[in-house]
Amino acid sequence: MHDNHQPKLDLVVIGNGMAGLRVIEDLLEIAPERYNIIVFGAEPHASYNRIMLSPVLAGDKAFADIQIHDRRWYEANGITLYTGEAVATIDRRRRMVISAEGREVGYDRLVLATGSRPFIIPVPGHDRPGVISFRDITDVDDMVKASENGGKAVVIGGGLLGLEAAYGLHKRGMDVTIVHLMDQLMERQLDPAAAALLQHSLAQRGLSFRMGAETAAITGDDAGHVNGLRFKDADDSTLDADLVVMAVGIRPNIDLAKASGLHCDKGIVVNDTMQTYDPRIYAVGECVEHRKAVYGLVAPLWDQAKVCANHLAWRGHSQYDGSVTATQLKVTGIDMYSAGDFADDEAADTLTYADIRRGVYKRIVLREGRIAGVVLYGDTRDGPWYFKHMQAGTDVSAFRDLLLFGKAFVETGADETADEHDAEAA
Amino acid sequence: MTTTTQTTCPYCGVGCGVTATLDGDNAVSIAGDGQHPSNKGSLCSKGTALADTVDLGGRLLHPRVDGVRADWDTALARVASGFADTIAEHGPDAVAFYVSGQLLTEDYYIANKLMKGYIGSANIDTNSRLCMSSAVAGHKRAFGEDVVPGCYDDLEAADLVVLVGSNTAWCHPVVYQRLMAAREADPNKKLVVIDPRRTATADTADLHLPLAPGTDVALFNGLLAYLANNGFTTDLPGGAEAIAAAGPGRDIQGGDIATVAEAVGVDDADLQTFFEWFAATERTVTVFSQGVNQSSAGTDKVNAIINCHLLTERIGKPGACPFSITGQPNAMGGREVGGLSSTLAAHMGFDQADTVQRFWDSPAIAREPGLKALELFEAIEAGQVKAVWIMATNPLVSLPDADRAKAALEQCPLVVVSDVMRHTDTADLADVLLPAAAWAEKTGTVTNSERMISRQRAFLPMPGQARADWAIMCDVAQRMGFADGFVYEGPAAIFREHAALTAFENDGDRVLNLAGLADLSEADYDYLAPTRWPVTTCQPLRAAGAMPARQGVDQLFADGTYPTADGQAHLVAVTPRGPANAVSADYPLALNTGRIRDHWHTMTRTAKSPRLAAHIPEPFVEIHPADAELYGITDGALATITTAWGQAALRVITTERQRQGCLFAPMHWNDQFASSARIGTAANPAVCPISGEPEFKHTPAAIAPLAATWYGFIYAVRPLWVRAMAGIDWWIKVPGERFVRYEIAGCETPTDLKTTARHWLGVAARDVDWLEAADPAAGTYRAAHVDAGHLEAAVFIAPTPERLPERSWLAGCFTGQAMTEAERAAVLAGRPADASADTGPQVCSCFGVGRKTILRAIKSDGLDSVEAVGRALEAGTNCGSCKPEIAELLSQADKA
Repeated sequence: MHDNHQPKLDLVVIGNGMAGLRVIEDLLEIAPERYNIIVFGAEPHASYNRIMLSPVLAGDKAFADIQIHDRRWYEANGITLYTGEAVATIDRRRRMVISAEGREVGYDRLVLATGSRPFIIPVPGHDRPGVISFRDITDVDDMVKASENGGKAVVIGGGLLGLEAAYGLHKRGMDVTIVHLMDQLMERQLDPAAAALLQHSLAQRGLSFRMGAETAAITGDDAGHVNGLRFKDADDSTLDADLVVMAVGIRPNIDLAKASGLHCDKGIVVNDTMQTYDPRIYAVGECVEHRKAVYGLVAPLWDQAKVCANHLAWRGHSQYDGSVTATQLKVTGIDMYSAGDFADDEAADTLTYADIRRGVYKRIVLREGRIAGVVLYGDTRDGPWYFKHMQAGTDVSAFRDLLLFGKAFVETGADETADEHDAEAA
Repeated sequence: MTTTTQTTCPYCGVGCGVTATLDGDNAVSIAGDGQHPSNKGSLCSKGTALADTVDLGGRLLHPRVDGVRADWDTALARVASGFADTIAEHGPDAVAFYVSGQLLTEDYYIANKLMKGYIGSANIDTNSRLCMSSAVAGHKRAFGEDVVPGCYDDLEAADLVVLVGSNTAWCHPVVYQRLMAAREADPNKKLVVIDPRRTATADTADLHLPLAPGTDVALFNGLLAYLANNGFTTDLPGGAEAIAAAGPGRDIQGGDIATVAEAVGVDDADLQTFFEWFAATERTVTVFSQGVNQSSAGTDKVNAIINCHLLTERIGKPGACPFSITGQPNAMGGREVGGLSSTLAAHMGFDQADTVQRFWDSPAIAREPGLKALELFEAIEAGQVKAVWIMATNPLVSLPDADRAKAALEQCPLVVVSDVMRHTDTADLADVLLPAAAWAEKTGTVTNSERMISRQRAFLPMPGQARADWAIMCDVAQRMGFADGFVYEGPAAIFREHAALTAFENDGDRVLNLAGLADLSEADYDYLAPTRWPVTTCQPLRAAGAMPARQGVDQLFADGTYPTADGQAHLVAVTPRGPANAVSADYPLALNTGRIRDHWHTMTRTAKSPRLAAHIPEPFVEIHPADAELYGITDGALATITTAWGQAALRVITTERQRQGCLFAPMHWNDQFASSARIGTAANPAVCPISGEPEFKHTPAAIAPLAATWYGFIYAVRPLWVRAMAGIDWWIKVPGERFVRYEIAGCETPTDLKTTARHWLGVAARDVDWLEAADPAAGTYRAAHVDAGHLEAAVFIAPTPERLPERSWLAGCFTGQAMTEAERAAVLAGRPADASADTGPQVCSCFGVGRKTILRAIKSDGLDSVEAVGRALEAGTNCGSCKPEIAELLSQADKA
């Protein structure tokens, strides 16, 4: 038990996104008196739920709906918040951070939560006006504005983010074509069968596709504004566009860490307690590389934040072992769930369920009787249940024949049924 | 407008009266006929379900020649010329009829007359050869004529009923019910069941003697000796010899109960009890059936039983007689007209050929017995018989060594089959296939086991081009140039002629005498009430709404006079002998075949009724658990039964009802309903040398597990294509309410189950109305074909039977309605989702937490905040987008 009367240490958090904020929340819960917390956020807003940007773009939610904490919350918890103010330098010798505006703040502990940057394909014209990425609320605002006049949009990238962007723009009235390098959508999360169902379903909603298409250049009009794409193919085919959204992936944002001499590879390299090579400096979230793995989803971030907060609170040595990730697509009416490794090889047993007419597809990959990966399309309600067994490494042999049908068929009599009527009546 | 018709059940030899009622929509309902003296309103499960069987599904509605639909003219011409040409070239014995106890007496009479009086051969035999020709032969040896002395009332009047080789509860259920009711009314009445198997009948007996197969003669000889040693004597011819054969000094020491018990394989004390009861009970009826008859010593067994009744003079008295009960509705009528190759006509033998020819005024007459059933098929095989006409029977299923019969028919130059079904194992080999009228459409008479002649009356029109058997035969006869003898106005005219023949030059030397019925008017015939023969004088015979005055004599031979040359009954000296083919090291088990409760013969009718099929849905082999262990087979698995003649693959039932060393398999299943359950192929063709009846109750057999690598089942709204079934090693077909179920298995797992399953169900690869769940590594595959939301078919495959789901829930999915979402999601699981696991609409998609789950947790755990819900269920703790909905649910619960 630490001494409550010990003077508070200074904790600086660089990044007011979901990872940094989660560390603070967890820390406030377990050791509210330990630190003076100072937060730097490059974006102008207090804090918002970045993974809900797609519903905002699609118009299903408003920005207010996805705000996590307003400034009053920071005040109430004694947190100093600098928004719209990126950190330019870390002076590790002096244990000082210096913002772009020259503000110097000292730290006892530092958390890097700088997130990631969208990857921009360096094709000619990638920097034209009208070419944007899909990363933050500003991008959403830009897209909403661009869609106000209708017109044609091209989304480069048939991954999770690209499809959500495309769907949002389509809902806002644009004529949207998805340009994807591969022959199937979401090739990292879906197998060909599920991807085909997804593409069919999106096409039915009015989205167009250019599959197996590589962009040669983004073309512009006389004013330099984007006006289309040219492809690398035999006849140099083109596609008109008033807006081009690049959604081909993200890269960890490691510039600051690198500049301050912290060891980086793909991301900022951390150990199992989320510490960088400088033990006073932690890193969490998408900027991190842990055991060679870099994550771009929200669930690992929660795990990392918890370990980081524990360590900062001197709560012993809970450690981060890496995450198995699950993906869901936030497109209204399309249920898709993907988790783990579903590569098919000699050592893998693949179980599939298909009800194509109803648009349901499931694929479960087992290795040594345990779930290694799962792809669900159309009926995703058991995704988390599979995920739980995957994480727990449950030997599913005993219920293998019913596994594809999910929890309701495997776990019987788990709950009392008598209350059901009452609950429904309520 | 409803009409009700009194007719007779087409199943067993009990011969129950049924009423068939047609409502305004021609829907049929069936009830027991309370006016019929044989059943007094009762019906068994099969009779009750008759309405399920009168539909036209699978019916043969048009003649077919060489596999092609033809008109009657073409078909009749082909039959007539085929038979006439064969006779012209090879003589009358080169043709044959193989007929059936399913035919009406009038049909039977025409067949017999055509063959014996016009073609001039006695090559007409019947499937009755397979079930009770030993009783016929035994009756003739003992009484001089094939006569059942008693009636069902005797069973009720008896103080001791002995059932030998008869699972009466299943095979003659209404007789059994009458017996049970009588025992209930008088608990002093005793029932003894003598049967190697502990059948449903044996369960209710006061004493069950599970004798070793084939030891009936030893047992009844033992009884005869015991009776002789205990004061019973007889002066009847053969009496001394019979007692000598049974008694001291012979192989079986009759007086020594322990020796007999050992030979018979039953407990000493039980045998003693039986002997004592029999000796002490004046009113004793011994009922015997196929367990006695179907034996290479069948006739001797019958006489061994009758001997005991003659010695004790328990015959011709109320409550005392030996009683053969027959298997078929009109086996008795067939015997009466002379439809067996070993008799001529109307209980006259070949020594009375002139008499019969005189009556018929026919161009020819058979003077020698013809070929008995097995001999007939052997003669076809040998090329001696070149044209055969099979009517209302399915010998490729019912004969022993049935594949040999099949091979014989395959190379027979002309095979004519009259049947009601388009496809039977036999019909499929026909050169000419003739559509016969079915039960509900037929008019005529039948005779049951107690000599009761009952009218069968049509209550449905003949469908398509179907015709009555007698009419078909008369047409053929006319085309063969026999016009004179085959012009009848209808069945009544045929019946009158038949009755007249029984009376022709009959000065009391033949018990069978229908003189009183020879002048029935059309109306009298129409209204003929159930009438027991003999009927020697004319009396009012109409059923007048009340129980009719019965004709005839209930107990024959009361005066001790018999239709023998010396006017006396004869005891027959018989000595025990084992089955023709003994068990051996290679074939160590005794295979016994027989009926089950809810199927009939080769299932052409009963398989149409889902409720009947549900009783025992699958062909099976019963084996004692100790034998099962010895031969490495397990209950519920599949096993192959092999004999020197053939084999079958069946589901295993282990049961202590079965004697050790014995197997039992039902006779019904055939190639229409199973890939390899035609047990007749495995049965040995040994026959009783006197009766020619096959030894179905004892074939040496081996049993081994079927080496299946996969098991499965299919549900389909419509039957599968025959071609698709050909690719499945083992299958059986079970009719259901709105579906057909197939149980399937194979010895080599198909590499591409998806393609294979689509092929089986006839669903094209591009058809997306296909649900499937595949786990190729585990060897499991499940698929369903859905059309417009209706479940059309489902297939389930697994490497072991235990990995297949229960069948019952799936059966319930075939409702004729579109499936619900829940059913559709569950159909391949083969069972419903756990109700309590119904989570309701999803609220938290990150953790898959549903509305109902949250509401349940709020209530049961007293959760009061979004955070509390999150802690309890994880809901809202990942992306958090559902927190407002959780808050809303909390406020709802709060208000409630």
